[in-house]
Amino acid sequence: MSAQESPTRAWFRRVAGLVRKERLQIRRDASSYLIAGVMPLLLLFIYGYGVTLDLRRIPLALVIERSTPESATLLTSFRNSPYFDVVLTHHRANVEDRLIAGTVKGVVVLAADFSDRTERGEAAPIQVIVDGSDPNTAGLVFNYVQGVWANWLDQISIERRGTIAPRRTISAVVIEPRYWFNPDVRSQNFLIPGSVAIIMTLIGTLLTALVVAREWERGTIEALMATPMGRAEFLLGKLIPYYVLGMTAMAISVVTAVQVFHVPFRGSIPALLIVSSTFLIAMLSLGLLISTLTRNQFAASQVALLTAFLPAFELSGFIFEIDAMPLPIRTLTYFLPARYFVSSLQTLFLAGDVWSVLGPATLALAIIASVFLTLLVRSTRMRLE
Amino acid sequence: MSDEALAVVEGIVKRFDPQAPPAIDHLSLQIEPGQVTGLVGPDGAGKTTLMRLLAALLTPSEGRITICGHDTTGDLAPVRESLSYMPQRFGLYEDLTVQENLDLYADLRGVVGLERRNAYQRLLAFTALGPFTDRLAGQLSGGMKQKLGLACALIRTPRLLLLDEPSVGVDPISRRELWQMVYELVDQGIGVVWSTAYLDEAERCATVVLLSEGRALYQGPPKELTARVEGRTYLIENLGSQRRKALTLALRQKDVVDGVVQGSSVRLVMANQETRPNLAELGVAGATLTQAAPRFEDAFVDLLGGAPKGESALAKFCQQRLASQETVIEASNLTKRFGSFTAADQISFRIGRGEIFGLLGPNGAGKSTTFKMMCGLLRPTSGTAKVAGYNLYKAGGAARRQLGYMAQKFSLYGDLSVRQNLRFFSGVYGLAGAAQEDAMRRMIETFKLHAFLDQNAGGIPLGFKQRLALACALMHDPAVLFLDEPTSGVDPITRREFWSHINAVVEHGVTVMVTTHFLDEAEYCDRIGLVYQGHMIAEGSPDALKGSVQTTDRPEPTLEDAFIELVEAYDRRRIAS
Repeated sequence: MSAQESPTRAWFRRVAGLVRKERLQIRRDASSYLIAGVMPLLLLFIYGYGVTLDLRRIPLALVIERSTPESATLLTSFRNSPYFDVVLTHHRANVEDRLIAGTVKGVVVLAADFSDRTERGEAAPIQVIVDGSDPNTAGLVFNYVQGVWANWLDQISIERRGTIAPRRTISAVVIEPRYWFNPDVRSQNFLIPGSVAIIMTLIGTLLTALVVAREWERGTIEALMATPMGRAEFLLGKLIPYYVLGMTAMAISVVTAVQVFHVPFRGSIPALLIVSSTFLIAMLSLGLLISTLTRNQFAASQVALLTAFLPAFELSGFIFEIDAMPLPIRTLTYFLPARYFVSSLQTLFLAGDVWSVLGPATLALAIIASVFLTLLVRSTRMRLE
Repeated sequence: MSDEALAVVEGIVKRFDPQAPPAIDHLSLQIEPGQVTGLVGPDGAGKTTLMRLLAALLTPSEGRITICGHDTTGDLAPVRESLSYMPQRFGLYEDLTVQENLDLYADLRGVVGLERRNAYQRLLAFTALGPFTDRLAGQLSGGMKQKLGLACALIRTPRLLLLDEPSVGVDPISRRELWQMVYELVDQGIGVVWSTAYLDEAERCATVVLLSEGRALYQGPPKELTARVEGRTYLIENLGSQRRKALTLALRQKDVVDGVVQGSSVRLVMANQETRPNLAELGVAGATLTQAAPRFEDAFVDLLGGAPKGESALAKFCQQRLASQETVIEASNLTKRFGSFTAADQISFRIGRGEIFGLLGPNGAGKSTTFKMMCGLLRPTSGTAKVAGYNLYKAGGAARRQLGYMAQKFSLYGDLSVRQNLRFFSGVYGLAGAAQEDAMRRMIETFKLHAFLDQNAGGIPLGFKQRLALACALMHDPAVLFLDEPTSGVDPITRREFWSHINAVVEHGVTVMVTTHFLDEAEYCDRIGLVYQGHMIAEGSPDALKGSVQTTDRPEPTLEDAFIELVEAYDRRRIAS
């Protein structure tokens, strides 16, 4: 027999050999570039530019039945607001059809006696009509109109100190909004950290869901198994390269979020590394587990979409508020790794290293990761049956 | 140590499904070092299962397997250290280069430093893959892939080497090279197990295990098995066009165990040494009858109960096309270029009605390209292909209705039942209503598919898949039949049955074009075209090709000898010029 290496060195050599093999395969496979490189950017740009939960430039009709200096300044206020595209008219009848047709989302009516009622300090001297068929938009239009109205009153009262009654007696509801962590109330700031979590879910499971199944489909696993390679080497040979790939995609996403979309990042890099690594290991283990159990690339990708991507999209709090979900579904979200990762990333981006949030989330992710890893190790066999 | 058996198999049983008969049924055998043990048997006999059991990839349901003293159900490490295994399917990474595949297996087997450099040098020289180390494994030819597989399996010299059907899909030249490599290993004291469906390979083994339905029908030197048909094998020579008819008549007689076409002759195996073939009954009273040397395949078929009897029911259904000298398939100056590479260069041939034309050639020689151009799957760069008078690229649909095609791989719908496959393919070829029902009934009857009608085609036994594929290709009663390696990896019994069907349709004037690596199959052809490096380097009847390489050293060359000699002669001529 020829000279043998020490068992430990031979073990490391096997892992290194498998990692190198996987790395070469990733490099030569266009789909891994698509999933790890192009897709994160695509998703970020869609969520960064395409999707927004804020409304801007809402078509709004302003009916001024009698022009007065007051109504003119109010018109200017509406026109200056970034939220509205104002259509001016003098008769209510002119716009009712447009509201029904949906070409305007709301109508603000300044009645003929508007100036007089304002002078007298009467409540609600203006009328707001909104399209209730879209309650979300209706609510937003109403809120934005109120905001413009309140601003206008402030302006008027400053200009004519005392000539009109203090606004507190005028407006029915007084809102003084102060948004913490996201003072600009940009939904991007909230969506982009969430979409990073979705991207990582996809990369973590979809890429790895294919790789063990591919070895089964192509028959390459049979030759591998007949070598002295053990379970640990095989799994590490899969986990390490995809961990590196996943973290690279993560880095690309974070840099893009900060540099291109100007999302603030208030946390620290080490905290981001710890949370993301734990999450990524959970997702990679899940992907490999799916792949090992299905042994078929098509089935594996379907299962990965259903068990990882869709729940992460719908139930992680990325778009839909978890607190608004019915109790059984809310309970279900506690088993979703993405739930913890979305909240952790939002915290890291918008608030900072808040360990009262990050600590429990990381712990939950670590528990989920170890469950998936245990199942993965158990289902990986070094025989064909 | 070296005299002890490398593998000891004691009374193993392997069940996959408790209801079904076991895949391996009470099998005991020993694998000795320093020799090749051949594992032969029909498809589904359990060859691959036994290989996987030996490689400790499966564990026996009963009994015990010890590899170099280690039980395969115990610790895997010592078992995997002492053996190397090459699976039937190419098990390497097609998206890695030759060198990268070698590196991976060297890492996995802990071959480092000087030993690694020496191993690379030795194996690359041994396999002649040296010039191709940077080529992706997926771009290698079939033969080169097998050599790379062998190199990876040999990166650390094992004590036991398991090769599962290494010669399937490999051309005769590469096959001969693989055998030379294996003999070199055996000389170093390695024990080799070689499983195969090619029975001529069994004769090259020191000992064979003949498996059937999971049991060993025979274990021992191949010569001892061949001895059982001693004095019972005959050759009826120079029959020319009468040979197919003579074979059909011969197989009807109860004292004929087996019969095959061999060039213009018919080879028969008689039930006992006393009876000789009765030439008058075969309608060839004037032909010469000589006694032939027995072959392993004769004994194999004899042991399994003889060739399938009776004649193909297809004969009853086929429309009789008038035998004439008319040309049915014509290729003129067919050329196909892929980029700067010319896969087929000015290939021309004509095939007459009722002729079987074989297209032979090493892997990557342009044989498949030519074949695909002839059946309209590939458009030639220049030149024309005419089938049944139609130009394939002008009257595609009309021409295609005239041809039936059976692909190399199982290309029916595995998720559809046998009946649904038949219905679909007859529909695709334009059959409907009563004609369709009639065609389906004929095929079900001819190929005895009754038992599987409602089973998914993917799950039926391989022999029946083969029949179904042929049925689907024949249902519309085509004038021309294209067969792409139709019996690759199929056992001799199924192959004989297959050719009885082909012979039946040919007798009715159907024209057949076939590609094959299996030279016994090529013996059924009327004419053979040998394609090499994109050129048709030889064309003629099997006997003519054999005759062309006859020398005093080689008075009776086989078709394989002819194949290799013609290819090598072409190489020599090219180097000389």
